[in-house]
Amino acid sequence: MYNFDFVKPATVDEAVKALADDEAQALGGGQTLIPTLKQRLASPSKLVSLTGIAEMKGVSKQGDAVVIGGGTTHRTVAEEAASAYPGLADLASRIGDPAVRNRGTIGGSLANNDPSACYPAAALGSGATIVTNSREIAADDYFQGMFTTALEEGEIITEVRFPIPQKSAYAKIAQPASRFPLVAVFVAQYGDGVRVAVTGASNNGVFRWSEAEAALSGNFAADALDGLTVASDDMIGDLHGTAAYRSHLVGVMAKRAVAAAS
Amino acid sequence: MTQVKMTVNGKAASGDVEGRTLLAQFLRDSQGLTGTHVGCDTSQCGACVVHVDGKAVKACTMLALEADGAEVSTIEGQANADGSLNVIQQAFQDHHGLQCGFCTPGMVMSAAALLKDNPKPTETEVRDYLEGNICRCTGYHNIVKAILAASGQDVSAIAAE
Repeated sequence: MYNFDFVKPATVDEAVKALADDEAQALGGGQTLIPTLKQRLASPSKLVSLTGIAEMKGVSKQGDAVVIGGGTTHRTVAEEAASAYPGLADLASRIGDPAVRNRGTIGGSLANNDPSACYPAAALGSGATIVTNSREIAADDYFQGMFTTALEEGEIITEVRFPIPQKSAYAKIAQPASRFPLVAVFVAQYGDGVRVAVTGASNNGVFRWSEAEAALSGNFAADALDGLTVASDDMIGDLHGTAAYRSHLVGVMAKRAVAAAS
Repeated sequence: MTQVKMTVNGKAASGDVEGRTLLAQFLRDSQGLTGTHVGCDTSQCGACVVHVDGKAVKACTMLALEADGAEVSTIEGQANADGSLNVIQQAFQDHHGLQCGFCTPGMVMSAAALLKDNPKPTETEVRDYLEGNICRCTGYHNIVKAILAASGQDVSAIAAE
């Protein structure tokens, strides 16, 4: 790891100022960024830790939405969102392992937008709103391909607002070594339709499976997906699974999520 | 270099560190607490698990400066005040929960974190909780057995497998 300066501001405003420097980088829980720094895949001159910002932590129910501070750990979401949005809490409870969940944050996961991360599926599958220090971004506009988002340089995710669905579930096949999803599907049923978001599968990162959404909006049952397939053209193929295998798993995971939805 | 201060096993600890100094390096190199092992250095194996403000974390994937002002517990602080093994450590000895011993500090610290939140876990819950702790001797059955025994549950019916 190359060396860097380390600062830990106490407010969002201070963090925004600290990030204005060239080559400054925000640090959430560090569960992805610190391994990345060790591999010298990134070499910021300054890390701005967001974990000391109290206003960016916590889970609250506001009207028909669950609002989660960007600096909230996976463990806290798993514990504190369980009654209001059990599908989201279940997803958070299965990220990585217990020690990773004690450090990793929702804002860090969404800002990184790893194509195999769990949270992007929940955010896109819920039609969440990503709130930053300067604006609000709809999930449909936020995810722009593998490791790419609508965030500008120095922009910080301060909170994420998840509309609460009538039913939801997350079905995941974990890649056993990394515990990232090999393929995972988040399904959420709302009054105006069903959303289906797929992670781990596509070279373009998380995506909505619109054919499945249409079928499930008419009939929210696993067999409504019978015969539906996703093209394997854009699927990830690697030593853990071929593109065709991942394409197949999308259908299997979507059915499991629908069957498990509550 | 920046000075970092924290409480380690109930005692004040401080030292000068770089931004990039990991908590595991600070504990081992600055404080001489070499019980926190660095196995994979990629946050997968869990040999470096310590508690920061009561929560299990991987000390190889946290900067020392991130722990500034925190209460840190390591394997060196786990024994009873008279130096005897604590309940979890004793159970690992009684049930042969270690072979080469390299993963053991992380296993014991993860077990302590689990039993604090869930004093009577099921076998499945123990195995799930240890997802991020790897034993390359593959001695998992006796580790799980030791943790169940440390929770006060009868493990005589659990086969050695």
